[in-house]
Amino acid sequence: MSPKTTGLSAWLTDDAPASRAQANLGRAYDIFRRLCRNPLAALGMAILLVLVICAAFAPWIAPYSPIGQDLPNRLLPPSAAHWMGTDELGRDIFSRVVHGARLTLLIVGLVAVISAPVGLILGAVSGYFGGWVDRILMGITDIFLSLPKLILALAFVAALGPGIENAIIAIAITAWPPYARLARAETLTFRAAEFVQAARLAGGSHARVIGLHILPLCTSSTIIRVTLDMAGIILTAAGLGFLGLGAQPPLPEWGAMISRGRAFILDQWWVATMPGFAIIVVSLGFCFLGDGLRDVLDPKSGDKA
Amino acid sequence: MSTDVESGAISGPPAPVRRGGRRFAGLRRLAEFLVILAFTFLGLLAITFFIGRVIPIDPVLSVVGDRATTAQYEAARIAMGLDQPLPVQFVHYVGDVFSGDLGRSVSTNRPVADDLARVFPATLEMATIGIVIGVLLGVPLGVLSAVKRGRLIDQLIRIFALLGYSVPAFWLGLVGLALFYAGLGWVGGPGRVDIFYDGLVDPVTGLLLVDSLIAGDLDVFFSALDHIILPATILGFFSLAYIARMTRSFMLDQLGQEYVTTARVKGVPEWKVIWVHAFGTIRVPLITVIGLSYAALLEGSVMIETVFSWPGIGNYLTTALFNADMNAVLGATLVIGTVFILINKLSDVLYRILDPRSRT
Repeated sequence: MSPKTTGLSAWLTDDAPASRAQANLGRAYDIFRRLCRNPLAALGMAILLVLVICAAFAPWIAPYSPIGQDLPNRLLPPSAAHWMGTDELGRDIFSRVVHGARLTLLIVGLVAVISAPVGLILGAVSGYFGGWVDRILMGITDIFLSLPKLILALAFVAALGPGIENAIIAIAITAWPPYARLARAETLTFRAAEFVQAARLAGGSHARVIGLHILPLCTSSTIIRVTLDMAGIILTAAGLGFLGLGAQPPLPEWGAMISRGRAFILDQWWVATMPGFAIIVVSLGFCFLGDGLRDVLDPKSGDKA
Repeated sequence: MSTDVESGAISGPPAPVRRGGRRFAGLRRLAEFLVILAFTFLGLLAITFFIGRVIPIDPVLSVVGDRATTAQYEAARIAMGLDQPLPVQFVHYVGDVFSGDLGRSVSTNRPVADDLARVFPATLEMATIGIVIGVLLGVPLGVLSAVKRGRLIDQLIRIFALLGYSVPAFWLGLVGLALFYAGLGWVGGPGRVDIFYDGLVDPVTGLLLVDSLIAGDLDVFFSALDHIILPATILGFFSLAYIARMTRSFMLDQLGQEYVTTARVKGVPEWKVIWVHAFGTIRVPLITVIGLSYAALLEGSVMIETVFSWPGIGNYLTTALFNADMNAVLGATLVIGTVFILINKLSDVLYRILDPRSRT
């Protein structure tokens, strides 16, 4: 990434952006450049890029079908033909892991899309109005925060029935409270700010002030938090899959694949271990990127935790 | 982090202490704590009650069977109080829970409360050894990481700690079993004790390590130790990761302060600056961190217990899940949730008592 003086790079790093889009893109570019200078964050971005590519082009990357059975070739050790070996039905584990990237992205994506906005809105409303609204909403949030997440998700899935959709719902139900807390704390810092009063004086409704003036300011800290939480979401989803409560066979969900390999762990170790490596690498990728994003977007915390 | 932002922005200068408020501050705080605790617990009950009502399994059918006549069905429904409005049912439910009645387990055909009392010590034993391992290794690693900030050892410890956030517990358990039990034969396999020692020791506390010592049976003790060490270490790794990360963060905060520089300038030996001056100030927040991770371990043991066939509450919960044994599922959820809440709130209180800055 050598700094150029003309062309796109110059337009992006312009000190006096001519439009809002240019300013936003410039900021994104600046964050991206600073992330690239942080080795762990760059590694995290690379891992997630590979994940996205795997998910997008799974049928072209995977050499075999993820669900096609090939019984004569069952439980083969890793080799040139089967990079991660084959499972008890002769399915190529590498192909299944690649296709599993789609399920993992689907789960973390949906959980983030459901829980982050819910938490953000509840937190912003709570902080903006204060008083009894705040007390009731934060009371509920605190109750959810002080309950064990995995156990709650287990109980919800038990009630709703196993399946990937219900697993996503259960995880989302347990994932929103930290975002509400975060958004409330941020909202409190600029609730009394002049730009909020100006927007109100100009006739903006409460909904407009919260939606257009307050929520956008909460996004960067929420993005950090969501990225850091992704690893936990992946682990919970894999745990539900492992217990047979998440994605159902023959879906190549990584946790469920480990569960299938459990019976062969002593003799055919690759069946259970290979999907585990995929989970670890992707979770680490999210952790690295989250840490890096925090260092870049939130200079206060430095490179501490 | 969030509390700093809140108090700084909204309240501005600290409010003057009201006369008379100071004398009852302790009592008021206790009352406040109890009220919050009660509400949190009611919230937990509301959630388990709600889950118990939205399940697609008809609780009446599981009692009367699917061949019952409509009259029998209705009679059972009324006997179970399911014809009453939901708030009334909730009040009954809360009353039942407080009198120790969690219903009957369909699979073991015993009261859920008895089952839980039987399995809980096994979980407690494993989580306790896990947290001891986590603290003994996590705190020094965190301090080392902060002192050697930016060096190779710091990077290695940070990545090691991040692994604690990225490795699935059940996977680590399986790999551990394959490697250390089947491969190397260093540790015992699944279960709490070798099969021929099973039931030799009378349960007094329910903690097998303690019971075997009480009975003076060292064979059982060492067999139990052999079996608990692997799952407890794996469980401890997850608290180690969190504790090391937080210790590093706290230490970095302190090492950047002026009093540390002053101490160094005065010629205080470096080990004393680190372990007495800096570490002395972070002991109190660390207690909260350790409390939180202990609570998290009780929850995390669900996966580990499933892999190691450990007869604790996590195993009980997952077994009940597969048998659609809703009373047992909700009972276990309730017990784990209650312990979780209690440890959470207690470490919060402990922090306030021990930290002189939080006194008013």
